[in-house]
Amino acid sequence: MTVLSAKNITMQFGGLTAVDQFNLELSSNELVGLIGPNGAGKTTIFNMLTGVYVPTMGEILLNDQSIIKKTPHEIVKLGASRTFQNIRLFKDLTAVENVKIAYHNFIDYNMVQGMFRTKKFWEEEKKAQEECMKLLDIFDMGEYADTLAKNLPYGQQRKLEIARALASDPKVLMLDEPAAGMNPNETAELMETIHFIRNKFDITVLLIEHDMKLVMGICERIIVVDYGKTIAEGTPDEIKNNPDVIRAYLGD
Amino acid sequence: MDHNKKKAYLINAVAVVALYLVFFVLIQTKSMNNYFVGIAIMTCIMIIMAMSLNIVAGFLGEMALGHAGFMAIGAYASASFSMALIDGGLPLPHLVILILAMIVGGIVAGVFGFLIGTPTLRLRGDYLGIVTIGFSEIIRIFFINFGPTGGAAGLKGITKLVNFHNVYWVTIVIAFLIFTLGRSKQGRAIISIREDEIASEAAGIPTTRYKVLAFSLAAFFAGVGGAMYAHYQSFLEPSKFGFMFSIEMFVIVVLGGLGSLTGSIISAIVLTVLPEMLRSFAEYRLLVYSLVLIIMMIFRPQGIFGRSEFSLTAFIESLIQRKNVKNSIGGGEAS
Ligand SMILES: Nc1ncnc2c1ncn2[C@@H]1O[C@H](COP(=O)(O)OP(=O)(O)OP(=O)(O)O)[C@@H](O)[C@H]1O
Ligand SMILES: [Mg+2]
Repeated sequence: MTVLSAKNITMQFGGLTAVDQFNLELSSNELVGLIGPNGAGKTTIFNMLTGVYVPTMGEILLNDQSIIKKTPHEIVKLGASRTFQNIRLFKDLTAVENVKIAYHNFIDYNMVQGMFRTKKFWEEEKKAQEECMKLLDIFDMGEYADTLAKNLPYGQQRKLEIARALASDPKVLMLDEPAAGMNPNETAELMETIHFIRNKFDITVLLIEHDMKLVMGICERIIVVDYGKTIAEGTPDEIKNNPDVIRAYLGD
Repeated sequence: MDHNKKKAYLINAVAVVALYLVFFVLIQTKSMNNYFVGIAIMTCIMIIMAMSLNIVAGFLGEMALGHAGFMAIGAYASASFSMALIDGGLPLPHLVILILAMIVGGIVAGVFGFLIGTPTLRLRGDYLGIVTIGFSEIIRIFFINFGPTGGAAGLKGITKLVNFHNVYWVTIVIAFLIFTLGRSKQGRAIISIREDEIASEAAGIPTTRYKVLAFSLAAFFAGVGGAMYAHYQSFLEPSKFGFMFSIEMFVIVVLGGLGSLTGSIISAIVLTVLPEMLRSFAEYRLLVYSLVLIIMMIFRPQGIFGRSEFSLTAFIESLIQRKNVKNSIGGGEAS
């Protein structure tokens, strides 16, 4: 079943066509890699899929519903969430607070109940705390729950951002270079965790990676973009031997 | 509520009551003359103003330089309301009239906050600052020219309903409500916008809605502060609510620490009491403000408390355990 599809989406910045008629079809529970050299347009594709940019042309359907012109938070509610290439955490808040903010829609009390701290407030906050701690535990981050995000080691910050993205209970999770800046050990561990959460939460994962080898290990399907266009699509083995891909990565 | 939270509530409740009793005794025994009681009342009103401004400036992280405008709306609306009520001859107790007037002042100001916030919150930073200044100037000029509330000559004959006792408890209640707001899901949503608006949207927060909410709430409490002011002074003149007054409030919040309510309280006390004590240097007050700001920007740009709260509970515990006191300042749940 298709959860997310994009048809001919195009993004122009002035005269520059950053993404040119890009197509995408993600089935439920797939783990798909989106790779391509620097400036290929990967992040721009994410920005269109998550409502940060409105495509110049094209259509995007999330669970058969058009999300063109919907705001990012509306798209989150419809079931797609993401992380950012340059980590965007709430730096002066603790790790667990970061997660709780994305858990917002599942906390059920109104402002007056919150300000007067009614029983409902305490119950819901307790539930939120427990659920968010569970998410942190998946990433082995329980001990960091009360650490300010800005004081976390780099690798933990990356993981926290994924935990936060999961807190909104997405159907599709989009990760923009989640392993950037990690050492090989951390990277291998993270890839395993991504594999694990895909199965545990039964979600679809779209993963941007710069490094081709890295995604080969865990993705079932890989899409390669260059200069805003899809140049290849297929299983890791097909991609590995594709002459266009080799050219894009090594240069002519 | 776990055991520690209960303890924190208890300690703070005891401290609040104890402080009240001190003032109560001082006032009853006339050890504190009317002049000092007046300063104490004005200090409470400034605490309300600073804390409410902190919702926008501290929690939301936006520059709002028109807080006096909302205060003016609350003051005039509540005064007009109480005057009409008293003229109507309804035999209501004074406290009831005051509470109703506060609600009216708060709601009218809150509605204006909503109306002004909705279109202007698309702007950011300096631009929003300029628009809020413009708005509060419009309010001031409106009241100068508005006959029914006395125009430039001012509104006279407001019944004095505020005394130290009721303003103290109103301040405590508002402090509690704004504090709990900051630690509720709504408060977290507002704070997340300050931290990173794009990430906040990506986390599913309807940021526009929460910005307007923060703006309206700040205006609401500013309106309540205005109502207290009107029913304490029993006289309102538009010139009081000028640009410099908004700046004064902003300075208080910045000095205490953007986002720290205890910081706002302490800095409101210092910046209200100090100029009174230095009455003879009254002309230099704004100069002193500027100096204080400059000194602070050099030595402690995040304000006295930064974004953290002073925690009485943690402070007492650290005294008992002779731990480093500095660690307790900035403890999470301050209550
Ligand atoms: N907001 C913008 N305005 C103008 N040009 C932009 C904007 N965002 C991206 N671009 C341009 O679009 C092209 C694609 O950028 P994008 O960030 O999507 O690449 P990327 O594949 O994510 O690259 P990287 O691997 O370096 O992250 C680049 O040439 C970039 O300069
Ligand atoms: Mg990118």
